Amino acid sequence: MREGFKSLKIKSNLEISTGIFEIKLQAKYEKDIKPGQFFMIRGWEATDPFLPRPLSIADVEDNYLTFLYEVKGQGTHLISKLQVGDTLEVLGPLGNGFTLETDKKIALISGGIGIAPMFYLLKNLDAPVDFYAGFRSAVYWMDKIESQVTNLYLATEDGSAGHKGFSIDQFNPRDYDLVLTCGPVPMMKRVLEICEGIVPVQVSMESRMACGIGACLGCTIETADGIKRVCKEGPVFKGKEVLL
Amino acid sequence: MANMSVNILGTSFKNPVITASGTFGFGREHADFFDLSRLGGISSKGLTLHKKDGNTGIRLHETASGLLNSIGLQNPGVDAFIEDELPFMKDQGTVILANVGGGTLDDYLKAIEKLNHTNVDMIELNISCPNVSSGGMAFGIRCLDAEKIVKEVKAICTKPLIVKLSPNAENIVQMAESCVKSGADALSLVNTFSGMAIDILKRKPVFNNTIAGLSGPCIKPIALRMVHEVSKSVTVPIIGMGGIMDYRDAIEFIMAGSDLIQIGSGNFINPTLSLDVIDGIEMFMNEQGIKQLDEIKGCLGKESFFN
Repeated sequence: MREGFKSLKIKSNLEISTGIFEIKLQAKYEKDIKPGQFFMIRGWEATDPFLPRPLSIADVEDNYLTFLYEVKGQGTHLISKLQVGDTLEVLGPLGNGFTLETDKKIALISGGIGIAPMFYLLKNLDAPVDFYAGFRSAVYWMDKIESQVTNLYLATEDGSAGHKGFSIDQFNPRDYDLVLTCGPVPMMKRVLEICEGIVPVQVSMESRMACGIGACLGCTIETADGIKRVCKEGPVFKGKEVLL
Repeated sequence: MANMSVNILGTSFKNPVITASGTFGFGREHADFFDLSRLGGISSKGLTLHKKDGNTGIRLHETASGLLNSIGLQNPGVDAFIEDELPFMKDQGTVILANVGGGTLDDYLKAIEKLNHTNVDMIELNISCPNVSSGGMAFGIRCLDAEKIVKEVKAICTKPLIVKLSPNAENIVQMAESCVKSGADALSLVNTFSGMAIDILKRKPVFNNTIAGLSGPCIKPIALRMVHEVSKSVTVPIIGMGGIMDYRDAIEFIMAGSDLIQIGSGNFINPTLSLDVIDGIEMFMNEQGIKQLDEIKGCLGKESFFN
């Protein structure tokens, strides 16, 4: 039997860039949490907002869980106001994470807050990794990423840091055996186009969710293999499976 | 000691809490979180004769204390349900309602005929889904349309027949009376309210179908009023629902005249919410010295010196 929602104490909740927060919760997780899995999170009482928010796991340490989130709506706004010592209700880990492979040359490609699952993914990859990180303007978590990768290709759309343009401007699919990506759909779509027929890709999808456990069928996407639930069969899918 | 059990239509429910169609799949996902035998019953995901992929585009939109959905009856079809899902459901030690909806009258009848030959406990006839173009709610707005389908279904249905009403009916009391007159053994109400949302940046409706179904605690007062009015006008058992989030809500629906209640959207915000409702009802009964739910069912208007 799986645990339902449980309360975890907040150790820190810091704005690391404008509108981007890193929240650390006190938690001891016995069972494995796979990179790319997510939790449903609620940081308020009563019924408005109504639904918990899905956040992918950003890091797991002995006594802490870390999530990275962008303040987008009322729910993330409320979570951003929580203080050290407050509690957060969490349900998870949920869904299927990335399929980890060794002895391969791997590229990770993130866009914006799509960097959230990437640090924990890196920690779990036993392979040489090149990292392509794209942001609109402000850059975050690069200090954590940099020491873990062979090459870091940073790009911002306004040129305020790294290459001016897209991170994938510098990406050649023929250099890799596997590509793992998380970010805006137009970016992931581009990644799939570039990689098609050359290198396998795994994509982490985002969708509006209600239950997070596969019951409501609200988060479904079309795939080559029929309709699938982002929360249950995903959020990580094979690139050749998804129709972006 | 409180006895939560409820007997209707020759079937015994161990408590009045049923999980509502479309919010609980076929029970498999929630079975990871709790023992489903604790439930009074489960109403299956809405079934159609043939497999349905459901609606494209955005399917969920959160609103103040509720949500709009436009799932569109995605389901594996009644044959696959009977083959792959029903054996699992019947193993859970709770009452199983097969919710049937969508399509033409002929589709409804063919689906019911197939279910007649199974060990499903009851049929919940869905004439109230706002998210499919044919069938669904099309039968649940005007009394004459509802009468026709309920009569035809009743004529062939060998299981107890619950008709699930739409709050979008022209007149909910007349609709309830029409369904009962046409052979409904029980009524469940309410399904979702027709609603919509607009993406102001795109200047377009959020949903491809424009209209979606609103559920959650925001509809509770209206749903409760409808259950109250309907319960005064018909004598068949009533399954009340609409935004029930805790035992207090459930008790309100029972006091408004419900024999049983269903938990819908509440299952989304907490997979074990239905257990909290069951435990809460039992606690309330013990605290209030209520031995059976019959004592408070539809109790409004009965005089009491205590509150």
